[in-house]
Amino acid sequence: MSSASANSSPTKDPELVRFSTAGSVDDGKSTLIGRLLFDSGNVYDDHLAALEKSSKGNGQSESTVKGSALSLALLTDGLKAEREQGITIDVAYRYFATNKRRFILADAPGHEQYTRNMATAASTAQVTIILVDAEKGVLNQTRRHAFIAALMGVPRLLVAINKMDLVGYDQKRFEAVRDQFLEFAPKLGIKDLRFIPVSARDGDNIVTASAHMPWHTGSTVMDYLETIYVKGDANLVDFRFPVQYVLRPDAKYRGFTGQIASGMIRPGEEVVVLPSMRKSKVRSIDVFDGAELKHLPEAQPPMSVTLTLEDEIDISRGDMLARPGNVPEIKSQFDALVVWMNDVPMTTTKPYLMRHTTRDTKALINSVAYKIDVNTLGRLPGGILNLNEIGRVSFTTTHSVFLDSYERNRATGSFILIHPETFHTVAAGMVIDRHSKEESLDPSQRNLHTEVSLVTQSEREVRSGRKARTLWLTGLSGSGKSSIARALERKLFEDGVQIYRLDGDNLRHGLNKDLGFSQKDRGENIRRVAEVAKLFNDAGVTVVCAFISPFERDRQQAREIIGTERFVEVFMNTPLEVCEKRDPHGLYRKARSGEIAEFTGVNSPYEAPKMPEISIDTGHLTIEQAVEVLVKAI
Amino acid sequence: MHSLTALDQLEAEGIHIMREVAAQFERPVMMYSVGKDSSVLLHLARKAFFPAPIPFPLLHIDTGYKFPEMYEFRDAMVEKIGAKLIVHRNEAAIANGANPFELGTQRCCGFLKTQALLDALAAGAYDCAIGGARRDEERSRAKERVFSFRDKFGQWDPRNQRPELWNVFNGKVNKPESIRAFPLSNWTESDIWDYILREQIPVVPLYFAQKRTMIVRGEQLIPVGSGGAGSLKQEETKEVMCRYRSLGCMPCTGAVLSNATTLEAIVEEMTLVRISERATRVIDHDADGSMETKKREGYF
Ligand SMILES: Nc1nc2c(ncn2[C@@H]2O[C@H](COP(=O)(O)OP(=O)(O)O)[C@@H](O)[C@H]2O)c(=O)[nH]1
Repeated sequence: MSSASANSSPTKDPELVRFSTAGSVDDGKSTLIGRLLFDSGNVYDDHLAALEKSSKGNGQSESTVKGSALSLALLTDGLKAEREQGITIDVAYRYFATNKRRFILADAPGHEQYTRNMATAASTAQVTIILVDAEKGVLNQTRRHAFIAALMGVPRLLVAINKMDLVGYDQKRFEAVRDQFLEFAPKLGIKDLRFIPVSARDGDNIVTASAHMPWHTGSTVMDYLETIYVKGDANLVDFRFPVQYVLRPDAKYRGFTGQIASGMIRPGEEVVVLPSMRKSKVRSIDVFDGAELKHLPEAQPPMSVTLTLEDEIDISRGDMLARPGNVPEIKSQFDALVVWMNDVPMTTTKPYLMRHTTRDTKALINSVAYKIDVNTLGRLPGGILNLNEIGRVSFTTTHSVFLDSYERNRATGSFILIHPETFHTVAAGMVIDRHSKEESLDPSQRNLHTEVSLVTQSEREVRSGRKARTLWLTGLSGSGKSSIARALERKLFEDGVQIYRLDGDNLRHGLNKDLGFSQKDRGENIRRVAEVAKLFNDAGVTVVCAFISPFERDRQQAREIIGTERFVEVFMNTPLEVCEKRDPHGLYRKARSGEIAEFTGVNSPYEAPKMPEISIDTGHLTIEQAVEVLVKAI
Repeated sequence: MHSLTALDQLEAEGIHIMREVAAQFERPVMMYSVGKDSSVLLHLARKAFFPAPIPFPLLHIDTGYKFPEMYEFRDAMVEKIGAKLIVHRNEAAIANGANPFELGTQRCCGFLKTQALLDALAAGAYDCAIGGARRDEERSRAKERVFSFRDKFGQWDPRNQRPELWNVFNGKVNKPESIRAFPLSNWTESDIWDYILREQIPVVPLYFAQKRTMIVRGEQLIPVGSGGAGSLKQEETKEVMCRYRSLGCMPCTGAVLSNATTLEAIVEEMTLVRISERATRVIDHDADGSMETKKREGYF
């Protein structure tokens, strides 16, 4: 196709530049993209004709002169169903070329709910163009777009301040919007940030410089795209070669294929194989030239090559080659920023499949330290991530993975999570460098490094098929804790869950028989119960505890011992009158008559949980119903 | 260190995708339609696995209406590189005389291509089919994934596609769901020709201009003497210098006026052309969005 600068002859072997676009609805993103394509001669005549026909068909009254705003927006439009609704909902890819460069554009729509799409589009981008309406200025969505671009490691951001025609091409307005952006942008850590005033509809400063804005002496959008220096984007320092597929055509040849993720490699250089840590030297770097095998003097990212080694080492897909003095971290526990991409929210009870480079493993989510509010860029408390939410998540994997921080290495710092049953891609993760960012806020993380066992927690959990939990039933005497705990134990046992029940019966008579019912002894009782529950959980056994545990402080301590991600507080929310009326063991009667001292509810207080995970009204539910609620909850 | 060109990068990506397919699937197959995109696809597959053979068979969905030059080229090529080729035809429909003139292009494609393809994939129990489609070919392809998920009927739901980030591809399926993989997703028609020139990849001679006797109908140049062309016999023919930009079935593929007799000339022509490749194919003119409809039903 013809190109923007028709006079100069095309560059031989042009470079490739990948960029993405983001903007709020109606900021003029589609128009801008259409302009880029149209003004650079990248629209075929028949496509344009078809668009003009279809805009007429839609009953649109706007003129259909070539290059009119409406047709331009339609150029970037996609699927039929979406066209009918007048919206685009996914990532669409466009291709165009000028005499200088080849471009791949990943276009993501600007709707509130499409963090997912924007992240997808930005994942491979070297530039993100963010559209801002000059009249409206910086919106929440603008902040979100910038944040997502930064999150996905896009090294440069171009802010196109559009619809300058509507603000009289006013330099002051441009500067005001730019300054709004600069108020929050620095904390995103974007390396290269530029601003260009444009009018996409009329083509000002898109491909041709605007006659209306002589005060803008910088480049047009197209100039910018054609001249940014992208050679430095590749990490050429840390050699990482995830082994993709092993070639063994005969007994002699053994080649390890893969795409070089980062770094350079030459024949004769020493490499180390992860995870076996065996060392060897590169014998040859092989490619096929169409006629025969060719040996290269060196290879660099993102080339797809075949390496042969001097020594016979057992290597398979998912292993990684690195240089002995420069290896990634080998980890089975780590933190990452995660974008949740599926309608079904995150679960912490079942492992997901994790694909990191070419390596597959199972991964359990330990906890979400915090979520990030993409509009304010503030932090929200953890919990679980829902569709389009972003948070800091800590993982435990069955097999170790070979990680670099995403900041340093987009290829070895990224992974996806796959649902174990539906196989949907449910999340994307960017590994956080623990040394450069603050430690996780999650206190359970601090203990991770004390693990000395050769069997890891995740291995046990994977074997037992679930993450063990402690259901902590708290409530007054007679509220139904013990009956429900017993029924629940039976039910879960029948369901094949490894389950054990702890209550006064089996603890007060043995381990805790030295303890009475003073506040202090009650506290110690609960502490010991919690420690025991923790050990059971560590062993992969789910525990149901039934203790009055009347004091908030004691329950809080139990939560800390057991770990907040495992601890499920269940409040038996039954009014005292009901419990007293039931009085199954005649204890209330005895307490009222003074025979029992410090009886909870009568002459000792019960502090009801303020935020239990589950609350059960045994006054209205049968035991079976209560059990059902609990089974569902875990 | 030198900087990689756009073609180097596209090649690296294509090879990566080929290898992912080989690594992730039990029974992959590669569509081979004999056209220029298939020629590039085949070349990338050889590059991905050499010196080992291509670890999957090639599948040609033969409608019976292909140009004779295509059959010749196909057989010679397969012979030369020693690949395994499976040819599948919807014999029942062919025996019933399915043709685009009576059925319309849509329905004819439905029987001879889509149905044949779905049958062939089911018969081979293939869990992944590699195709040569490019996103720049047609609007509805712009949103296609590199690993495109198909349900158990081989159908495509644009709303039920997996997000695809970086170069990490998720090929996990619950059989008989499957994946269509597109190593040329990011290539344009220009890239294809630049690459064919650079790598000296053999292509069917129909792509080169020569004097051909054609039916001239408005802007379209329609080949004479194809199986179903009987209905066109009243029309006048002319000898014109032309070539095919895209190869499909004879009755539904038009040629373009061209003097490009060499790869260099084709590459040069690509920088000047004003009309999209698909416009020279009759098949997409049935209805707006027809490609999307076909894709939903299971077409490539
Ligand atoms: N005045 C003016 N209107 C514009 C400009 N760019 C786009 N528009 C209009 O803004 C509206 C939304 O544009 P569109 O490209 O569809 O926005 P999108 O939702 O961001 O893709 C359309 O009516 C465009 O014609 C501009 O530079 N100036």
